[in-house]
Amino acid sequence: MPIFFKTNKEYQQFADKKKPKPPFIKNVINAFIVGGIICSIGQGILNFYTSLGLDQKEANSFTVATMIFIGAFLTGLGVYDKIGKFAGAGSIVPITGFANSIVSPAMEFKKEGYIFGVAGNMFVIAGPVLVYGISASVVIGLIYYILNL
Amino acid sequence: MSIKKLGEQTLKYKKPPIINSYYSIVGPKEGKGPLGKYFDMVLDDDLIGQKSWEKAERKMMFDASINAIKKSKFKVTDIDFFIAGDLLNQIISSSFAAKDLQIPFLGIYGACSTFCQGLIFGSVLIDGGFANNVLVATSSHFCTAERQYRYPLELGNQRPPTSQWTVTGSGAVVLSNSGKGLKVTYSTLGKILDFGLKDPNDMGSAMAPAAAHTIIQHFKDTGFTPKDYDLIVTGDLGVIGKDIASEIISNQEYDISNVFSDCGTMIFTPSQDTHSGGSGCACSAVVSCGYIFREMEKGIFTRVLIVATGAMLSKASYLQGESIPCIANAVTIESK
Repeated sequence: MPIFFKTNKEYQQFADKKKPKPPFIKNVINAFIVGGIICSIGQGILNFYTSLGLDQKEANSFTVATMIFIGAFLTGLGVYDKIGKFAGAGSIVPITGFANSIVSPAMEFKKEGYIFGVAGNMFVIAGPVLVYGISASVVIGLIYYILNL
Repeated sequence: MSIKKLGEQTLKYKKPPIINSYYSIVGPKEGKGPLGKYFDMVLDDDLIGQKSWEKAERKMMFDASINAIKKSKFKVTDIDFFIAGDLLNQIISSSFAAKDLQIPFLGIYGACSTFCQGLIFGSVLIDGGFANNVLVATSSHFCTAERQYRYPLELGNQRPPTSQWTVTGSGAVVLSNSGKGLKVTYSTLGKILDFGLKDPNDMGSAMAPAAAHTIIQHFKDTGFTPKDYDLIVTGDLGVIGKDIASEIISNQEYDISNVFSDCGTMIFTPSQDTHSGGSGCACSAVVSCGYIFREMEKGIFTRVLIVATGAMLSKASYLQGESIPCIANAVTIESK
């Protein structure tokens, strides 16, 4: 015998009406501003390395390494999660967010030891991104290769 | 024919067990909440000088238990059984606390409904004549729950508006077959209800029908009406779940709006940024041991129904796309 509601769907519709919607516009604006600031910092660092006389390729690698360091450092200081709470995707999508997704589980699982804790869980969040990111790039590379034969 | 069962789901204790003593410990954030001044101990560091969050949680449970025993004026050896449960896999907080207490131990799991589940088991043992004194404890810790069910603490993600904040704390109660104090008079055991909700960040909506069902069944079984209660309080439905449960109950022709509250909405203020409120085994335990029992002893409330609610999901079940089975167990506490 059904209790309170005839179907699960009827309850779900009833419950959905009570739930507050996330503030989409505010979230999008915050993400745009913070994401933009992170990218501008990256551009500034790139310009700095280029001005030192590095060629484009080298300067790119140096910039990526520096941004990863900043992301990891801010995670270690306990600041990046606060930025993330405000910015959402604005601080998740840039490479600093990628660093955060690797450093935060590494810190968290240190108590379980360096092998099964840190190493075993380091890619628990970034792992799927790596697997599908690399797989997608291989597939697209193949398509590109075939089209250019 | 059982003589102590009423209706379909309710137990009536023939000689109601006495709440001899109770003790509550909470973390710093809970201490800053609106009920901060009621708790026996507010920690200034949620790691309590331990090496891990798990060790901190079990220390909270041990400290709450030992202090509850001290308050009762009993010796540890006077306690016949220790009944405890928590949220961590294989209820490790309880087992490790039981190792240090060396009291015969019954480990239980009811997710966030564990506090009432423990009170029910303890009361049954006492009313059944199997024990003179039983210690009941539960605990939860924001940091241990986050890492087990969700994401690392330092991950920069956003929590949805429906999410709730696991209460850091532990509550312990010593139940006795004699003495003075509040009495446990009735218990209503809940059925698992599941309306197919799958979002682990929205447990209030998932648990609300189970809470409503147990409350209504309690009225049917006992013949009580909402007017017989000074307070009907659910465990951790949060702002959204409380609203839903309240409407379901009023749709069934019971008006509890004047006496209805939820521990999850009482323990934090909206400015503490917990979104929908508090949750966790400790939520109902510390609000009961900190606020409700004290106010009952002062005479503010004379009959209270505590309805601890539990979302019985695991990480494996929700990753496999299963819905959330929910339960609510109710206990009537009386001061007269």
